[in-house]
Amino acid sequence: MIYDIQNETLPREDLEKLQLRRLQALCERVYANVPFYRRKFDEKGIKPQDIKSLRDITLLPFTVKQDLRDQYPFGMFAVPKDQIVRIHSSSGTTGTATVVGYTKRDIDNWGALMARSFAASGATAADTVHNAYGYGLFTGGLGAHYGAEALGATVVPVSGGATRRQVTLLKDFAPDVICCTPSYALFLAETGEEMGINIKDLPLRIGIFGAEPWTNEMRVEIEKRLGITAIDIYGLSEVMGPGVAIECAEAQDGLHIQEDHFLAETIDPVSGEPVGPGEEGELVFTTLTKEGIPLIRYRTRDLTTLNTVPCKCGRTTARMKRVTGRSDDMLIIRGVNVFPSQIESILIETEGLTPHYQLIVARQGNLDTLEVQVEVNESIFSDEIKNLQRVESKVMKNIKEFLGVTAKVTLVNPKEIERSVGKAKRIVDKRNEG
Amino acid sequence: MKVDQLSIFLENRAGRLAEVTRLLAEAEVNIRALSLADTSDFGILRLIVSDFEKAKAKLKENGFTVGRTSVVAVEVADSPGGLHNILSMLQDAGINVEYMYAFVQQSGDSAVLILRFDRTEQGIELLQKNNITIIPGEKLYSM
Repeated sequence: MIYDIQNETLPREDLEKLQLRRLQALCERVYANVPFYRRKFDEKGIKPQDIKSLRDITLLPFTVKQDLRDQYPFGMFAVPKDQIVRIHSSSGTTGTATVVGYTKRDIDNWGALMARSFAASGATAADTVHNAYGYGLFTGGLGAHYGAEALGATVVPVSGGATRRQVTLLKDFAPDVICCTPSYALFLAETGEEMGINIKDLPLRIGIFGAEPWTNEMRVEIEKRLGITAIDIYGLSEVMGPGVAIECAEAQDGLHIQEDHFLAETIDPVSGEPVGPGEEGELVFTTLTKEGIPLIRYRTRDLTTLNTVPCKCGRTTARMKRVTGRSDDMLIIRGVNVFPSQIESILIETEGLTPHYQLIVARQGNLDTLEVQVEVNESIFSDEIKNLQRVESKVMKNIKEFLGVTAKVTLVNPKEIERSVGKAKRIVDKRNEG
Repeated sequence: MKVDQLSIFLENRAGRLAEVTRLLAEAEVNIRALSLADTSDFGILRLIVSDFEKAKAKLKENGFTVGRTSVVAVEVADSPGGLHNILSMLQDAGINVEYMYAFVQQSGDSAVLILRFDRTEQGIELLQKNNITIIPGEKLYSM
């Protein structure tokens, strides 16, 4: 279902006109109100009125995460503090936290965009949404919450954690939709099995999963184990939060970017030059309507491919391929680029392996070593050592064959790898220790 | 004629084995026989216990991966050649022993062998034909 039929199906020509008008207004606004941007524009010798077509966007400066950190906490805000009604912040796990502020209108827009996202997933106002994204400074919980309410659905604001209780609530409240990270969805399925509750047998119909990169193989696994349609959602707090882009249930083939609010580009992560449609590049967003903290050409570090071929769902918006890696998540093991998502695909394709895994990178002498820890489950467990060793060597062989790196594969106890309620931690890099 | 053996995946880490024995003690399950097979990074603990279901439930509840395997327990004279007699009989019939372990009974005049065959049914048939004493599960669990 399309929630905002007018804006989601605009003829591209009209959409581009709208985008240009909003981009021009945005440039005026940031130039006038954000000293950081005025300085950046001046350094490049650019004035807001130089933007005459959408193509002129390449004249504008990039914004990177470090800029937000340098302006911590409120230096990027484009409105006086009294117009900010809410503040969110990133976890700061990879450095200083980044802070974002929303005006009343920003919050309303966000709710509407999340309502569009829920509708695209197949949810309706009659549905109940079990929202297991964390509430708090993280944008996931409240973003999904307001969106579900805007749609008119019933929200169960469970937030993260207390997994056994969540399974009980899934059984007792019989929600139609669940929102959480993909790895947490599998953890819920496992916990359900332990409790003798098969989530597959519950009325749950749709899962909206995001906040961490995942693969199509993982989607197949989730759909099988939970008996639902698994929808990929994309967002980042710097740009808005969840709902920047959403997959439609009709096609499940790429995520529709809410292009009337966010102008998307893909660039070569090294040169910064635009890459063509259909070519993989780093995703860059310009926020067209945001008031609190508008961003010009924000580099997401997420790698994807844009596609403007019309979708069978009727939306005219560009679609981005599922993000399976981040340019800063890429491991370089003895000169070979390795993304956790590639290992994930291999594990799931190796029969019976759970997608719970962790990559341990270390250095022996001058050589990098990669260890892949995989949890053993009952479907591969055997009372004979040779059978388990066969699994280990099969994974090792597949990794070598597909990625060209030699990895040590270690089977570990189930639940050995820490379950997170937020983003799964896939990489432990010990190369910089001692 | 078969005996249920509980096998448990053990990551090679200090304290894992003790955790299993603690859980079994808590569940008041007695261990009849055990064998531990290990590699550099994991081990498989194989147990014959007084109450299979109770032990399995307790271990699963605590996050262990467990499996059930049918093994065969035979009684042999605790004297030279006792084991050899059986193994050569199996060899002649082409039945492979995947692994085995043994314990001596308290009375001291016979030993119990726990055998895991590649073809369990045929193994049992052969032993019966040769009048080897097979100890049924119920007897072994409560020995």
